[in-house]
Order: sequence, then structure tokens, then C-alpha cells
Amino acid sequence: MNTSLKLKDLIHKEMRLAPGHRMCQGCGAAIVVKMVLLAIDKPVVACSPTGCLEVTTCISDYTSWKIPWIHSAFENAAVTLAGVETMYKALKKRGKISQDMVFVVFAGDGGTHDIGFQSLSGVMERGHDLLYICYDNGAYMNTGTQRSGATPFGASTTTSPAGSVIPGKLQLRKDIVKIMAAHNIPYAAQASPSHHLDLMRKVQKAVSIPGPKFISILSPCHRGWRSHVDDAITISKLAVNTCFWPLYEIENGKTRLTYIPKEKLPLEPFLKMQGRFAHIFQGENTWMIEQSQRHVDDEWNALLSLGAPTDPEK
Amino acid sequence: MKKKMTAVTGNEALAEALRQINPDVCAAYPITPQTDMMQRFSDFVADGLVETELMLVESEHSAMSGCIGASVGGGRVATATSGPGLALMWEMLYVASGMRCPIVMAVMNRALSAPLNIHCDHSDAMGARDSGWIQLWSENAQEAYDNLIMAFRIAEHPDIRLPVMVCMDGFIISHSVGVMEFLSDDVVQRFVGEFIPHEPLLDVGHPVSYGPLVVIDQYHEYKKAQSDIMDSVFDVAAAVAQEFESISGRRYGLFESYRLEDAEFGIVVLNSAAGTCKDMIDEARENGVKVGLLKPRLFRPFPYAAVADALSHLKAVCVLDRSDSFGAFAPLYVEIAASLYPRATRPVLLNRIYGLGGRDFMPEHVEAVINEMKDMAGLKAPALQKKYISLRQYL
Amino acid sequence: MKTKIINVSNCRPVIKEPGNSAAFKTGAWRSLEPIFEKEFCSNCLLCWLYCPDMSIVVRDGQMTGFDLDYCKGCGICALECTGKKGRKAIRMKKEEKA
Repeated sequence: MNTSLKLKDLIHKEMRLAPGHRMCQGCGAAIVVKMVLLAIDKPVVACSPTGCLEVTTCISDYTSWKIPWIHSAFENAAVTLAGVETMYKALKKRGKISQDMVFVVFAGDGGTHDIGFQSLSGVMERGHDLLYICYDNGAYMNTGTQRSGATPFGASTTTSPAGSVIPGKLQLRKDIVKIMAAHNIPYAAQASPSHHLDLMRKVQKAVSIPGPKFISILSPCHRGWRSHVDDAITISKLAVNTCFWPLYEIENGKTRLTYIPKEKLPLEPFLKMQGRFAHIFQGENTWMIEQSQRHVDDEWNALLSLGAPTDPEK
Repeated sequence: MKKKMTAVTGNEALAEALRQINPDVCAAYPITPQTDMMQRFSDFVADGLVETELMLVESEHSAMSGCIGASVGGGRVATATSGPGLALMWEMLYVASGMRCPIVMAVMNRALSAPLNIHCDHSDAMGARDSGWIQLWSENAQEAYDNLIMAFRIAEHPDIRLPVMVCMDGFIISHSVGVMEFLSDDVVQRFVGEFIPHEPLLDVGHPVSYGPLVVIDQYHEYKKAQSDIMDSVFDVAAAVAQEFESISGRRYGLFESYRLEDAEFGIVVLNSAAGTCKDMIDEARENGVKVGLLKPRLFRPFPYAAVADALSHLKAVCVLDRSDSFGAFAPLYVEIAASLYPRATRPVLLNRIYGLGGRDFMPEHVEAVINEMKDMAGLKAPALQKKYISLRQYL
Repeated sequence: MKTKIINVSNCRPVIKEPGNSAAFKTGAWRSLEPIFEKEFCSNCLLCWLYCPDMSIVVRDGQMTGFDLDYCKGCGICALECTGKKGRKAIRMKKEEKA
């Protein structure tokens, strides 16, 4: 029986991430982790790769994790936790452990789309029983906003800066949710902290399914995005309502939109909120606005046509 | 006590050891010449002869990562690899030792690319010598089997808790049939004992966080502590070897010393080539040449004082390295030189590189090396202190 | 903050006190501080949910204020506050430091 997701009930749950962590003020990743942990009732064993979340929650003799947690390296969070999960299976088989628990990776887009991709793919293919959460802020934020395979088209990062010859990142983002679903895993989804009920329901659903599950969650970073310190929720809400960040799930290969905006907003205001896109509004770069809008529209239309959309909520 | 001798390959022997030990988790990736060992072990898993959970990962980096996760989770973990596979794990070897994971890994020594070569040399394990892993080297299938069993006791010792790699020559030992004796299942299991987890991640009632970021105020001390723990390995290895002797009748020290006490010349060599050397040493002895051999077993930590005690009286020592450090003396030579440096009297040292990429090491190569030492006029260090031998066509 | 003195018996990089980061008071990072006006609070509890630093204090199911030991002054609570009677219950104010 799942925990109620009403806030007045959730406030009685233990907060398994402690304050005193070194995440920036207004960090989206902290909100994502909080929401995911609140949605899970069972004990959680977690793993993070090197990245913002990892360095800020476990430094020298201090940890913000009130659950068992491991960091081993950058490219292997999925397989490190799969090793823990495999040991759990082994010990359970031998009768040395009986406690029920859930395994969750909290990884950034760097440790997921790029350097962590191989080990993640292997884990998904081998069918380990764990939930992989990617907190996606669209760059290697911890080391100073270098571009990743998740950086959106047109964004200026420190390794794909908006220069006079090359105007930012010219490649599209990897479609990680569909890539994960293509591993024939039982559940893959995309979520946003702005729509916390949708996010938490997805987490609850995921942990109730045995096998490998993947959820990509938008994690606004006002530093790397050069937006405003307090806009994590507002900007992610806009990301969802412009369909830049559609909320959907793929369950056993069947795609289902879990939220349809009452009105699909144009992308421009979302881009305008972020300094990393400032250059595409200037001079000869404005073609990039249309291009971005087209990418969003194409993906949204593809999602709309893929399966019966659910009733719009909220 | 009548011993039951059997004829098996090195890989068979190690697969059997692992079957007897029945670790909780094994995460491994196939690579020649390790593959055969893991395939045999996979048969054991598929037939329910072991309870080991086998993680068939998609790369060696993931193999070591999975092993670390499993070990930290709180159980006994083993794996195996060779050559480029070990090289791919390099980053994670340091993490395994830094995190004090008592993982045991068999290494079927293989050359590193490029060019690609699947045959034996020691460049793989030598490349890992700084990683904080304990290293045991094995001349033949019997030694590899015995070392693998002892490795678990050394690794899991409460004062140690460090990973151990057990090396044996790829193809030469891993794939060729040798005569050896297996211990019985219950003797092995009693010797290895129950795994005692330390700060297990899976104990959700006592949540722990592994792998913090530490900055300049702590890292140096973490490494000093690791270095200090390595110093404790000698006594632990000796105690384990003594206990092992009582169950097997086979005695193991930090190294093997062969006809060294009254020798004038010495050969230092690791692994299987030691066998060829010992045969040729016997022949040389019959011709009146006083030569002996030292075959290191524990390479990390390196027993400098004991090695110097064994070699310092010699007039000349030829260190045979089956790997090279380009632009420098080879790894084994460097350790021998370091052990002898503080001694008032010490032999002339020669570094001879042999057998890279599986190049056969023949009796005539040993003979040549013995003669070279014998013929050294006035025993002055020769012009070419480091030389490649066992060369074929080279201009 | 003092770090432990390392020796061979504690040199495994593992932290055995869960959540002990609470000893690090991130409230010192603030330049804006949140001000609470309870009469405009609808008790939606979204501020509690959104606060990245667990600095919204809820007692007996009611939002009562802030944990200034940890509040970094990001202002998410103020921006997202649903408020009541057309006014928000939280606003950010430039903090006067002693």
C-alpha cells in the first residue's frame, strides 16, 4: 500500500536528505532528490557518480545522506549500485539478509548520457532491480558547466561557448528516455519537480515494478542556465508547458503522456529566461530559435501520436 | 599422507579454487587468456555447484566497479582478468584499495597493446603495482591455486582489508596442463572461513556513506594510512602461509630462494620462467658454476630487507623482467636495486628483458645469462646494464 | 570545521554518522532572508516541499517559519508561495548582518 502523496501526509515522513549540504542556493537537484525519497516508503540504498550532488552531500567527514549511499567514480554509478544489488541477492539467497529495500541511483546527466552511458546500458540490459534517477541540468555543472550529451541545442556552455564563429552547442540532446526504453526495461519516464505529484507517482510506480527502471528528471541549475536564483520551480513549470520537457512514461514499450498542457506555450519565453540562450536572440543566430521550436514541436507531435494521451491534469 | 595428484591447466585449477570458496558475488568480463577460467566457473554457476551471483558485466571497468559495490555491500567478492582488461580497470583498482575492499582477483598475465598481443608478459600487473593492491606471483598451477586460497585470508584479515591480485602466466600456465594437488572442499572452506563484513552498505539500520570528496587537508593522511597498512602485510602473509602449510604440507615464504646460500651469481625472476631457470641452474652447478635463483612471491608490498639479505653476498645478479618501463629500468630490476642500495656490499646488477608478448624463454637464454655473469671481467658493471634478450630478428 | 585525525583504524573513506552534515550551518551563506507573514499562509506546504535545504519548519501540520541555521536565502519559497487574500505569506528581505 503506497504512501499518500498528499503534502499534509508527507510532512510526517522522515526527511532522508539532511540540511548542511553544499548545493548552491536554489539548486534543483536537491529538490529532485527530496521528492524522489519522499515518494518511496521502503529503505533506500543509493549511489551517485561524481558530480554536483555527490560532492555537495559527502565531503570530508560529513554526509547529508541518512540512507546507505556510495560514490565510487564518475562513469559507473549504475554498475556500482548493481554490484550492491547483486550482493543483496546473494545474501538474501543464503539467508543472511531478509530486510526489503530499494536501490536508487541519483546521477547527473554527465554520469548518465556520457561517461556513465556504457555502464548504465549494461545494467539496463542485464535486468538489475534498481531505479535510476537522472537529475538532468544539461551540462557538467559541478566542474563549471561544460557541455554534455544532454545539453540542449543552442545552449552556451564553457566548452561550447557562444562564439563569433560557433554559436553554442549545435548538436541535439540525446533522447535518453527512449534509449533506455529501447533496452526493453519495464519502465522509463520523464518528470519535473514543478509537477511533483506526477513525479512522485512515477517514482512509486517504478519502485513497484521489479527490474531496471529509469526516470529523467529536469533539474534546473540557475548558475549554468544563467537564470534566476529562485526560479527552479517556475522555470521547470515553463519547460513542461512549452513541451520542451514533456511528461510521459514508457511502460513495457507503450508510451503514454502523463500531462498535456492546457495550452502549449511558445518556446521563446522559456529560452529568454536563461542567459545560456541569450546569444540566439542576437544578429545572425535567430535561426536557432526556430530550430529549437521545431525540435520541440517534432518531439511533442511524435509523443502525441504514439499512444492514447491521458486526461490533462492540474 | 598419500597426495592425490591431478593434471589440470592453471585456469582449471583457479576455477576449482573459486568453486570451493564459493564467493557471494563475482563480476567479470571475458578476456583471453582468462576466459577459460570464467567459462568453467560459469558452468559451476549454471549447474548450481556454487551459490555465487555472477554479474556478466559489459567491460572490465564495470567488473571492478561491480566488485567494489558488492564488496562494500558486505560479502565476499572475486574476479579475474588479463592484460588490457586489467589496464581498463586501472582507475577502479585505486578505488578498490582506497575503499579497503578485500576483493581477490586472479590475473592471467598478458601483454598490453599496441600492437595487440594475447600472450604472456607481466606488463599488465606491473602497470598496477602502485595501485595499493597486494600482489602474489605464481610459478605454476599449484602455486596459483594455493595463492588464490591464501589471498582471501590475507585480504580479509581485520588489520589488512585490502584487495589482492594473484598472478600467473597467461597461456604458459593458464592453458597448459601441469601436475598439482587439490585440497578438499571442506579443508578449503574451513581455511577461508566465513566472510566478516565491515561497515556493510546493506545494513540499512546503520546507514553509512562511502566515497566522500576529501580535500587537501586529509588525502595525504589517508594515503599514509594505506601505506602503513601495507607494512602489516608481511606478518599476516607469513602467518597465513604457516597455517596453510599445516593443511597442505606446502611451505610458502615471501619469495622462493633456490641454491642461493653458497652462490656467487644469482638470477631474479618471476613466475613460470623460474622453472626453466632452476633447471639450467642445476646444469650450471654440475659444471661448477655457483649460481642460484630468487623468485619473488609477494611483490607488493615488496620485502626489501629480506631480499637484500638473500642477495647481497652475490657477485652479480641478473634480474629478468618480463615487462619493461620504456625509458627506464624495468620494474623488477628497480625493486632489486632499491633493496640492495643500502647494503655496504652488493652485487653488480644486470637488467635483462625477456619474453615480451609470449616470446619463448628457452634454456639457452638462461645459459647465456649465466655465462654473461660468469664472464664479466673484474665484475665491473657492463656498458649495457639493461638489455633485451630472447630477440629474434632485430637490426 | 575540524576534520578527523586519520590513522590505520579509521582510514576507510566511509562516514558512519548519517546526516551529520547538519553540523555545517549553511545559513551563513545568506544575503536575503525569508520573512513569514502567517495571516497570508494557506498552509499549502509547497514551500516545505520545494525548499532545497529543508529549512521550512512545519509543526503540527502547520508551516510555522524557517530554519535560519540552514536557509541559504534562495527565495524559491517566496516565489512559489500560493498565499492567501491576494498576498504572499513569504517575501525575501535583504539581511542585515551584525
